[in-house]
Order: sequence, then C-alpha cells, then structure tokens
Amino acid sequence: MNTHKLPPTPAKVKAETKNFNFYYGDFHALKNINLQLGENQVTALIGPSGCGKSTLLRSFNRMHDLYAGNRYEGELLLYPDDTNLVDPRVDPIEVRMRLSMVFQKPNPFPKSIYENVIYGQRVRGVTKRSVLDDKVEEALTNAALWNEVKHRLHDMAFALSGGQQQRLCIARALATDPEVLLFDEPTSALDPIATASIEELIHELKKKVTILIVTHNMQQAARVSDYTAYMYLGELIEFGVTDEIFIKPKDKRTEDYITGRFG
Amino acid sequence: MTPSVAASAARPVSDRLAKRASRHVKERIIEAILFAAAAISVFVTLGILYVLLKESFVFFSQVPLWDFLTDTQWTPLFDDAHFGIIVLLSGTAVSSFVALLVAVPIGTVIAIFLSEFASPRTREIAKPILEVLSGIPTVVFGFFALLFVTPILQWFIPSLPGFSLLAAGLVMGIMIIPIVSSISEDAMRAVPMALREGSYAMGATRLQTALKVVFPAAISGIGAAYILGIARAVGETMILAIAAGMQPQLVWNPMEPAATITSFIVQVALGDLPHGSVGYNTIFAAGLTLMLFTLVFNMLGFWLQRRYRERY
Repeated sequence: MNTHKLPPTPAKVKAETKNFNFYYGDFHALKNINLQLGENQVTALIGPSGCGKSTLLRSFNRMHDLYAGNRYEGELLLYPDDTNLVDPRVDPIEVRMRLSMVFQKPNPFPKSIYENVIYGQRVRGVTKRSVLDDKVEEALTNAALWNEVKHRLHDMAFALSGGQQQRLCIARALATDPEVLLFDEPTSALDPIATASIEELIHELKKKVTILIVTHNMQQAARVSDYTAYMYLGELIEFGVTDEIFIKPKDKRTEDYITGRFG
Repeated sequence: MTPSVAASAARPVSDRLAKRASRHVKERIIEAILFAAAAISVFVTLGILYVLLKESFVFFSQVPLWDFLTDTQWTPLFDDAHFGIIVLLSGTAVSSFVALLVAVPIGTVIAIFLSEFASPRTREIAKPILEVLSGIPTVVFGFFALLFVTPILQWFIPSLPGFSLLAAGLVMGIMIIPIVSSISEDAMRAVPMALREGSYAMGATRLQTALKVVFPAAISGIGAAYILGIARAVGETMILAIAAGMQPQLVWNPMEPAATITSFIVQVALGDLPHGSVGYNTIFAAGLTLMLFTLVFNMLGFWLQRRYRERY
C-alpha cells in the first residue's frame, strides 16, 4: 500500500515524492506520501479539509520554510535534476523560481499590472526594459489576459476583477519560466464564469508546464486533471488516472468521498 | 433604538412583555453618566479653543495679522515691539526637521526589523523597551540634551554654542523614534500574509519582500506614523526650552540657539506679565498658531491611518 506508480499511460515523470513526510512541530501532517507528477500533465489533489493536500502542495516550493518548527522528511525529487528539493543544501529561492505557485485568493501586490507580472524578474535583478517588456507580454498572453489589459499595464492591479486578478497572479507565476505550476484552490474565491476561464487556461498551460492543483471541487478535478490523488488524514489513499478514480475507485474511502457520503 | 411599529393600539400588551420602568430608568441613568464623561473631554477642548480664540482676538485687535505673518523680528516684550511669528516658526521648523532626520530613518528601520525579521521572542522583548523611551519625562530628555549630547557634539563641532537647535532636535528625534517605529510596525504587520507568501513564492528574499512588497503596501500607515511624529516634534516643549536656548531669532541653521513657539510660551508664561498687556496676549496667538499646526498634522495622520486600515 502507498506505492502508487503512474498508470501505464506513457508520460515522463517531472517530479515525485518518495516516502515523504511532513511535520508541523509535533503534528505529523503528511505520512509516507508517494506520488508522481507526469510531465505536462495535470495532477489534482482532492480530499476533505485538513487532509494535507495544501500541505503537500506547499512542500513542493518549500513554502513551509517560512514558518518556524516545520520539518520535511523523505524525498521530493525534481527531474531532470534528480535532486531532493527538501534537502537542506537546496536553496528554496531557486526552487521557487522553478516551481511557481498560484494561491487560493488572488494576491496581487499593491503595484501596477506591469510591475506585478515582472516581480519575479525584478527580484532577480533584471532591469533591461526590452527584456521586461517582452516578458510581460509573453506572460500575460499565456495567462489569457493580454488583450484585456494591454492598454492599461500601468494601472493598479487592484482595479482588475477577481478573475482577472487571478489570471494576473498566473501571469506573475509564469513570468519566471517555471517548469511546474502549483495551484492552491485557485478558483475557490471566484465566480463560475471566472472559474471556467481559469480551468480553460489550465488546459492550455499544461502544454508548457507540469501542473499540480489542489481543489475542493470534485467536478473541477474531473474536468481539468489527468491524474487524481485522493488524500485523507495525511495519507495518500488512492492515486490514478482521473477517469478511473471517478468512475471506479478501488478504495472504499475514495468512493465514499467522491459519491459525497462524507467530506 | 426602538423601531417604530405601526401596531394597532387596540391590542393590549401582556404583563410579561411590557416594558419595565425600573430597568428603563437604570439604563437611562447609566447612559447619562457615560454621556457626561464623554462630554467633559469635548467641552474642555472647546473651552481651550474658546480661550485661545478670545485672547488671540484681543491680540489681533492691537497687532495687525499682516505684521504677525510677515514681520521678521519677534520682540514682543521690548519697547520697539515686533510680532513676526515666522521667527518662532523657523525655530520650530528647524528643530523638528533635525528630529525627523533622526526619527524617520531609525524608526523605519526598527519597524522593518521588528515586523519582518525579528523572531516573536525578540519582538516581545524589544517592543516594550522601545516604548519605555516614549515614557521618559521630556524634562529628562532636555537635560540629557543639554548636559550630555551638547558636550559630545561640541567635541566634533567646537564652534557649537551651549544651546543649539541641533542638540535639542537630535534628542527630540530619539524621543520620537518609538512613535514612528510603533505605528509603522503596526501598519506593516497589518499587511496580509498572503502578500508576503506571494512574494516569497516568486523567489524573493526576506529583504526584497520587506522592501518591495510590505513597505509599499503599508505606505499610508507609515506616512501616518511620520506625520504623527512631526506633530509630536512641533508640539514638544521641554527639550527645546532647556537645550535650545530661548533667543527668538530668525535662523535656518541648526547650529544656533533659537526660540520655538513652545519655548517662547514657557518663557513668557513663567514671567510676570500683567494680564491684558499685548505681551501677555502674544502667548495666546502663538498657542493658537501651534494648535493649528498640530491639529492639521494630527488630522492628516489619522486620515492616512484610517485609509490603510480600510485597504485590505
């Protein structure tokens, strides 16, 4: 149990966890997680609140480093580097540039649209205007926001609607040329129309990057993901091709959750 | 408040539901006491304002407002009396400026450190210590400026006189540091964690996050801290009366002694001027000027503070 290989679908593995554990102080939040992210695939993490899915997602870009008392154990490998990302010798800043994150609530900075998008470049010390301009257009285009904002790049980001702000945050995440995008319930604060546009965007983005998405919404997992992992109480209960998980789950607990008997 | 209900008067109200006189009266008495307590502070403020305005009116009936604003000498107690408030304002402005040169950079750096870098333990220890600084009586600061800071400064600048705006301003700056740092820190801590996480997730360092995201996000609150610091500096009296010398002269050089609005008021109020003389009335005109300045700065500060609170 707890060893979940990728289903036979041919896909390269971009990242994987091997016997991965995580502790918030004394609380054992993730227990022996073995999960593989297929390259250019969307993997969804589902499960009831408190099951550890966000904790797992935030381990990938070492967000837990920001708070004292957190501890990783085991391996969280990124390919082709074949490096354990939670190794203390690994620089979390380098990790975060390659595994970008989009948060639950749109969190644009109190800056212009332009400055928001190139924030990742700015903190890296890029100052050349032409490079930055190109980055902004590329990232906003990839986030399907360019046409809506190209005439007001220097307006404050707060002036955008919630859905636009979230796409701006996606553009911001894309502007560092990440290989993996981590989405932490990216549509939970959005209305259905904005949600649909983000989901459509995820479909487009997986051509370029590998995606891991946490969602509370099972329909969303079914719509956007290729693989789904069901977590419960810090354990990975079942992991497989999304269609199979939703149509004929192997584990009784997965079935109960998916059919809405609890959760 | 009791909502007005268009009830039919015909239907009687049961005893259990009817309003009780005893409860009602008790409530009203407590309400009245609370109202009186609140009213006292308002009336005291209005009373002060009334006295200031009344006495200033007497002053301005003898000294034209134009002279008050444009004259470049302040000699209200001499035979050849001049009433140029600009003289006292220059002292106030120079000393406040020196104070801000100290308090704004140091206060801001302390705020950034406490809010973004210090561990909760460090913060718990450092904050109260810092706040003790603002609890030290200003008369102590005044002697500190005169007897400790001035000699040290004279060691570097031999030409510095025994009383100077520089020494008083520097010490006033130290006194204001806690005001600037504490309000700035509150403003920065009010910046949502989500913004910081967003910055870290982009690969920013702590310093980059503090300077590029947290500081700009809290800028209106930090501005409020600076302005409240200015208001405090403009209104400060004791340090200036002790260490700045009380010579009313129009100076823009901090290395010289000068009187400020506040130290002039102390000087005259301590002397024995007859009531009703012009010299006596000048302190009210000076006080009114001072009050207008601090009022404007305070209002600006609170307005900025309110704005950042509504931001997120």
